[in-house]
Amino acid sequence: MEFLVASAIGVLTAGGIYLVLRLRTFPVIMGVSLLTYAVNVFLFASGRLTVGAPPILSDGAVAYTDPLPQALVLTAIVISFGMTAVVVMIALGAYLGGDDDHVDDDTKAPAAEDAS
Amino acid sequence: MSLFLVVALPFLGALLPGLMNTAGRAACAGVTFAVSLAAFVGLLTNLPAVLAGEMVTARIDWIPLLGLNVTLMLDGLGFFFAMLILGIGLLIITYARFYLAREDNMGEFFTYLLLFQGAMVGIVLSDNILLLLVFWELTSLSSFLLIGYWKHLPEGRQGARMALTVTGMGGLAMIGGMLILGNIVGSYDLSVILQNRELIQGSPLYLPALILILLGCFTKSAQFPFHFWLPHAMAAPTPVSAYLHSATMVKAGIFLMARMWPVLSGTPEWFVLVTGAGLITMVLGAVIALFKHDLKALLAFSTVSHLGLITMLLGTGTAFGAMAAVFHIMNHATFKAALFMSAGIIDHETHTRDIRRLGGLRHLMPVTFGIATLAALSMAGIPLLNGFLSKEMMLEEAYHTVLLDSHWLVPGLAVLGSLFSAAYCFRLIGHVFLGPVRDDYPHKPHDPEPGLWLPPAFLVVLVVGIGIAPFLVEPFVKLVTASVLGGTAELPYQHIKIWHGLVPALYMSIAAVVGGLIVVSAFNPLLRLWDAAPRPEAKRIFDAIIGGVVRLSERVIHGVHNGSFTRYAAIMTVAVVAVGYHAWATGTVGPATRVPQVASPVQIAGWAMLVAATLGLVLLHRNRLLSLVLIGIVGLVVSVGFVFFSAPDLAMTQLTVEVVTIILLLLALNFLPNRTPIESTVLRRTRDAVLAVAAGVATMALSYHYLLRDTISPSISEFHLANSYKGGGGTNVVNVILVDFRGFDTYGEIIVLGIAALLIYALTEALLDGPVRARLLNRKPTDPRAGDMHPMMMVVMTRVIMPVVMLVGFYIFLRGHNEPGGGFIAGLVVSIGFVMQYMASGFAWTSARLRYPYHGVIGAGVLTAGLTGIGSWFVGKPFLTSDYTYVRIPPFQEFELATAALFDLGVFLAVVGAVMLSLESFSRLARRAHVPDVEHPMDIDPSRDDPPDPLQPRTEA
Repeated sequence: MEFLVASAIGVLTAGGIYLVLRLRTFPVIMGVSLLTYAVNVFLFASGRLTVGAPPILSDGAVAYTDPLPQALVLTAIVISFGMTAVVVMIALGAYLGGDDDHVDDDTKAPAAEDAS
Repeated sequence: MSLFLVVALPFLGALLPGLMNTAGRAACAGVTFAVSLAAFVGLLTNLPAVLAGEMVTARIDWIPLLGLNVTLMLDGLGFFFAMLILGIGLLIITYARFYLAREDNMGEFFTYLLLFQGAMVGIVLSDNILLLLVFWELTSLSSFLLIGYWKHLPEGRQGARMALTVTGMGGLAMIGGMLILGNIVGSYDLSVILQNRELIQGSPLYLPALILILLGCFTKSAQFPFHFWLPHAMAAPTPVSAYLHSATMVKAGIFLMARMWPVLSGTPEWFVLVTGAGLITMVLGAVIALFKHDLKALLAFSTVSHLGLITMLLGTGTAFGAMAAVFHIMNHATFKAALFMSAGIIDHETHTRDIRRLGGLRHLMPVTFGIATLAALSMAGIPLLNGFLSKEMMLEEAYHTVLLDSHWLVPGLAVLGSLFSAAYCFRLIGHVFLGPVRDDYPHKPHDPEPGLWLPPAFLVVLVVGIGIAPFLVEPFVKLVTASVLGGTAELPYQHIKIWHGLVPALYMSIAAVVGGLIVVSAFNPLLRLWDAAPRPEAKRIFDAIIGGVVRLSERVIHGVHNGSFTRYAAIMTVAVVAVGYHAWATGTVGPATRVPQVASPVQIAGWAMLVAATLGLVLLHRNRLLSLVLIGIVGLVVSVGFVFFSAPDLAMTQLTVEVVTIILLLLALNFLPNRTPIESTVLRRTRDAVLAVAAGVATMALSYHYLLRDTISPSISEFHLANSYKGGGGTNVVNVILVDFRGFDTYGEIIVLGIAALLIYALTEALLDGPVRARLLNRKPTDPRAGDMHPMMMVVMTRVIMPVVMLVGFYIFLRGHNEPGGGFIAGLVVSIGFVMQYMASGFAWTSARLRYPYHGVIGAGVLTAGLTGIGSWFVGKPFLTSDYTYVRIPPFQEFELATAALFDLGVFLAVVGAVMLSLESFSRLARRAHVPDVEHPMDIDPSRDDPPDPLQPRTEA
């Protein structure tokens, strides 16, 4: 099972990086979202994998999973929504303002930019 | 009055002029005057203690671990400078009130002036050198604002930038020097540093520290070769020049040299550096000043020259030199400020400062003539005026100073400097006031109103008073000198008096004055010679250096930072993988301590779904709508995974966030193209794939290895599990960590979330105000729209569901402390309920029913959480300490009341506000575009009389 989780993290990372390296904004946003999953699962997994022992205190329970990574990841999930929303808004603004959704500046003619 | 108050008053008072701006110019200047006066009186209340030789101190620990504390001290030297700053400040404020034109923003001016005043007072009263550095930088910044006060003048802006560059660089150097000094002594307190002369001068780091500190002092006090910024700073309004560039700021460097005198002076290095720079500056400044035609430029270079003189005196390292320096600082402040103000009056009245266009003003402006002439004669060193006394002391000191084994070098240069100094003073009097009355002044001059000439007249009274009766100020000068010496040398026995007998200094003085008269009578041939001689133009050199630095950094930055995001991302990936590989290859991996758990077919199926969805997303990402569906699958599998691995809270959060994220991306896709075109080459895609796989394999290897090993040190999680119920009163440990153990973290996070939402809102506003608005209005949808935008079934369903959603949200919120749930999840659930209303019934219908703006909801959330935290202060506990109790109200069961629930309410509100504000902003863009506002929530409503034909969308507005 550990291998499944580790490989899932690997696959999510690889997919995320590949999409982040694309040239248009939308795939880059998708890539960042995939990376977010990868990072969240990675952080969550730092508490090691435990099945059937949620960190809810009860009299009958003998063991609990590590609650700390969960608390950290919970806020990370919510914050990543905020971050995604900001990035999407910036991408949208760039596209609506310049009719262009490339992530790179036009690297061929940097001199023309300086003149302005 | 406490020293804190003396320093703080100008800063606090800086708020007032801006507020009083609308109340009129008199009120604005009046309140500034009152603030300065209060600080001045506060300072004077400490005079008895200072006269008694006590050291007045005040101390608050700020960051004791760094050695940075707010410690202030007041001794003779500090008192002397603070008195100059505040006293002359009062005169300048009066003068500026009448000097500034009606169109100048007076509130802004006085705000800057008070900021500057506070910073200056801070420098001279600081007992901690780190605090002193903070104030030092503040004077650079506030003087930048003051020099560039007339923003419409290019000279003002350039002069301000130059001053900031030069003094800022010096400030940086001085930070280095002060840190070294603090390190040598082991304390950043001046009072401690000043006791350790031997330790400092014996240290191998003495020379670097000295050079760095002197760089700071020389740039600030415009010493050669950094003297060039001061004349350019004269683009400032004259009150600023009179205040900063004669009496106060440029003396900050001198103040510091005097302050550090006991520990830094007396070594050959100090002597050569300080005396040498001072001598060169003194002669150079005096010569240039003579040939300047701009009245203020002449005064600026004369200030440079006099600062050089004072620096030279401090450099000699003798007690008598220090006393002469202190006395000359006092005298220079009086006559030079008076001269600057007179120059301002002349400029104000004749509309020119060009000496060649002036002359004969003594008949037209007799009062100004009297003031300026007395001040100028004092500067020239004419007996019975204060300038004569300190100049004689300077010549006396120079006579005994041996530099580079020469008995003639220093005295000779001192006489030369004094000679030119006398010459430009005579030129100022002769070419501006004497001579025939002209008929071509740009503006017919006459003496100004008393508000303008009274402040300089007051100073001239001092000039004459000290000049005639020096014994009145001698005790004070000796007191200040004693605190400069700091016990390292005996107070000089000499007295300040007009007649010392036929001493060498007298002959030198006479030579200088006579020589000055000869030079000024031969001015025109000398000027032709000067104009013909080639000489370096400091501004051109400065601009060339700055231009070179800018070009160099452009080349470096454009080489690395070429605007290609893809490139940065690739570089970062390669770098992280490489560093990780290095660690992997050089470190050791311990044996596995955990047994791998066996996976069931269901889990393998879930894994396969996730992998398939991710690969599908990568392969099919060009179809953007499809990629949203696929990423939804990934999110769902991750949520299910969280449930499976004992994290119900995470699963609920992930699931709800998933919903709002997908809605957000759909809203964005509404505007973005639906497909991604193929642009990159096969080679490039292969390269990216290799990078991605490398990164994926690396993270996989890392995760796999740590999943099979226990932590090396015991985890702090046990503490949280053990104390969650006992200390926090909740059984859901994750929630207790969020709202209690790490509540401060959570507090920061909801603030971040709120800021993100506000940022989105602001970006939307900016977009809708700009050219994008027109484009949106003209935009035609590319895809056919649904005929029925608000289907009846959906509208009815969402309305029925709404109370249920609220109830579920409320339930999740309440149970959060003990069961999976809490503010974050409840906030997301309730947001989804609202979003459904927007989607089903339309934007206009929903926002019309909105009672509170979302910004307000975010604010209320952050406030609630913050106030809950502050509440614990009232019972003497630290911020965010929580408390809980159990109550029983019949007929209910016993239940728990916890302050953490209030905090969680804040979290809830902030999350709702942030999510809704983000989504609402996106849909506001859509509203401007092509979607007509609908009058009714449902397109087809049986209760209406005129059901429109759904196949023909209504066309009326």
